[in-house]
Amino acid sequence: MKVKLKVKRTDPEKGITGYSQYTLDMHDSATLLDALISAREYEDGSLALRCSCRSAICGSCAMRVDKRARLACRAKVIAITGGDEEHEILVEPMGNMPVIKDLVIDQESFWTKIRQVDPYLQPAGPVPEGEYRVPNEAMLDLTHTMNCIMCGGCVSDCTVLEVDKNFIAPAALAKAYRFAGDPRDGHTVERLQKLSEYGGIWDCTRCNMCVEVCPKGVAPMNRILQLREMAIEAGITNNTGARHTAIFTKSIVDGGRLNEVWMVPGSVGMFNLPRIMTELPGALKMLRAGKLPLAQVIPPGAPGSHKMKGMDRVRNVVRKSAMLKPKKAEVTD
Amino acid sequence: MAMKYAFWPGCVSKGAAPELYIATNRVARELGIELVELDQATCTGAGVIQEQNPELGDALNARTFAMAQQLGLPLMNICSTCQGIESMVQDKLAKNPEYLAKVNEILAEEGLHYEPGLEVKNFLWILVEDFGLDNLKKAVKRPLTGARIGPFYGCYILRPSQLLGKEEHPDRDHYLEMVIEAVGATAVDYEGAKKCCGFPILTINRENSLKQAGNHVHEAQDLGADALVSPCPLCHLNLDAQQPAAKSVTHFDIELPIIHLPQMIGLALGIDPKEMRMDHHVVSTKKLLDKLAQPVPA
Ligand code: SF4
Ligand code: SF4
Ligand code: SF4
Ligand code: SF4
Ligand code: FES
Repeated sequence: MKVKLKVKRTDPEKGITGYSQYTLDMHDSATLLDALISAREYEDGSLALRCSCRSAICGSCAMRVDKRARLACRAKVIAITGGDEEHEILVEPMGNMPVIKDLVIDQESFWTKIRQVDPYLQPAGPVPEGEYRVPNEAMLDLTHTMNCIMCGGCVSDCTVLEVDKNFIAPAALAKAYRFAGDPRDGHTVERLQKLSEYGGIWDCTRCNMCVEVCPKGVAPMNRILQLREMAIEAGITNNTGARHTAIFTKSIVDGGRLNEVWMVPGSVGMFNLPRIMTELPGALKMLRAGKLPLAQVIPPGAPGSHKMKGMDRVRNVVRKSAMLKPKKAEVTD
Repeated sequence: MAMKYAFWPGCVSKGAAPELYIATNRVARELGIELVELDQATCTGAGVIQEQNPELGDALNARTFAMAQQLGLPLMNICSTCQGIESMVQDKLAKNPEYLAKVNEILAEEGLHYEPGLEVKNFLWILVEDFGLDNLKKAVKRPLTGARIGPFYGCYILRPSQLLGKEEHPDRDHYLEMVIEAVGATAVDYEGAKKCCGFPILTINRENSLKQAGNHVHEAQDLGADALVSPCPLCHLNLDAQQPAAKSVTHFDIELPIIHLPQMIGLALGIDPKEMRMDHHVVSTKKLLDKLAQPVPA
């Protein structure tokens, strides 16, 4: 089959960027990596790319394919183009990391962040005589995160990292869950405390991009949500993120629907006047546009707060939903 | 063909974006789509309740589904976030029959029961899949020719794709562009269209949130957009109501009208913008409306 590629080229030393176009003749079963290697072998020896295992294990061939991070060795050309030989595949280096040359990026910031979450077990108490005994379910829950091959795809496309380099970002946060969620770890609370700070679990917008691009089903965002649930359960709630969750839930449990007016003061802290003031000009603009819901001026839970019809039945669901909670796996000796 | 849906308007259209609620009802009437509003359904939880109490989120959404099933109608929403959460809960309940049985025990106390298989669709999907673009083109009275409109989807109507019925409907990630073209406007192709508006972290990390919103608006405006259109009122809040704040955080010179999907349809159907409260936006829609008031360019 005919394969058309448009590859972004960067040579920082010469300060050149641009695109190279290749038209190749490949077998129908070719992967994108096969096509790129063929381009390098037969068309242009200066094309730089990384690869090793060619079977989606080593994580070195991640790059952006038609604007989304993917492993080149795992992407069949035919699946990308849908069989359309005129579809020119756009190949670019990953985002959010500096380019060294062409498709090769500098992974330094990726690894720094992995190290930042102390990616090793820190057991508490004396070392047991035999092995640590852990229930099966507890480890099964961690298998997603253990599947991570450190390809960096999720980090490349993380939408928050695009605007804030300080964000620990999906791969390292998933890695943090791998240890915080391990029943043998003894530093869970300290980990969760650190992760609840600026740049950590509460800075994720839940955009699902990392879930979408991860080739290994790690679903980093879902691990971030598990960390949030753990942090709240551990009582680490003196932060905007946890307060936001609390006031949101309270508003639904109280009135059935979201009370938008009280979200800001409820999240940043009722007495955080400077921060509340930053929202005032915006609130006034909304008021002028007729967009400030006046029915919601009474805070959720206070007498007279706005309530939907049939709230008694909603409250019943709230009470009873406690019985749906799964039981936590315990460490047994 | 009579089209009828149980209608979950979502909190925002009943709160800070009343123009969306009004425009939806107005446009549905014009298109002959009958909506039966579920006025006792609760918020989907927006993924926030789920952070603390996923089980409560499941029960509340199952309750909404059961209400639609009691009416024997498919469920329509007008919010990308609602769609995402509802699809996620549907998937979880369908895969865990034992868990579903427990949820149904709770619902039984109100005489409700949820059976997996309910059709749950955002207005965008309904327009393309049920109403049909050909019918929409026929209904257009005032084509939006000449207007350049950027799509803004909202994360949860796009991702995670395995929960959003894309095997059956592979074009769902292109519907906004298709609808924009069907009403005669030109779709602006820009990278931000499928990224995140930043809304969920507005209270948590205001600066990051506003940078995200500001970047997308700026990119689209730079590419010549006259407006953005979104099927999600939360995106609308961050892109419209927060746009002046995003402007001061990013220092981008932005002023771009953000319109709700039903408003765009309504304009093409010839409905008076005032009837859809297009004068109730933070960023004035006047520039867009003026452009549309010009004679259609040849
Ligand atoms: S869900 Fe969170 S971590 Fe994942 S890409 Fe989006 S912002 Fe980044
Ligand atoms: S979580 Fe997935 S995308 Fe991210 S580095 Fe690991 S394998 Fe790659
Ligand atoms: S997701 Fe949003 S609009 Fe949808 S129900 Fe909840 S808060 Fe309301
Ligand atoms: S773009 Fe924003 S509001 Fe819209 S769905 Fe994503 S997070 Fe939500
Ligand atoms: S070459 Fe190893 S993952 Fe692609």
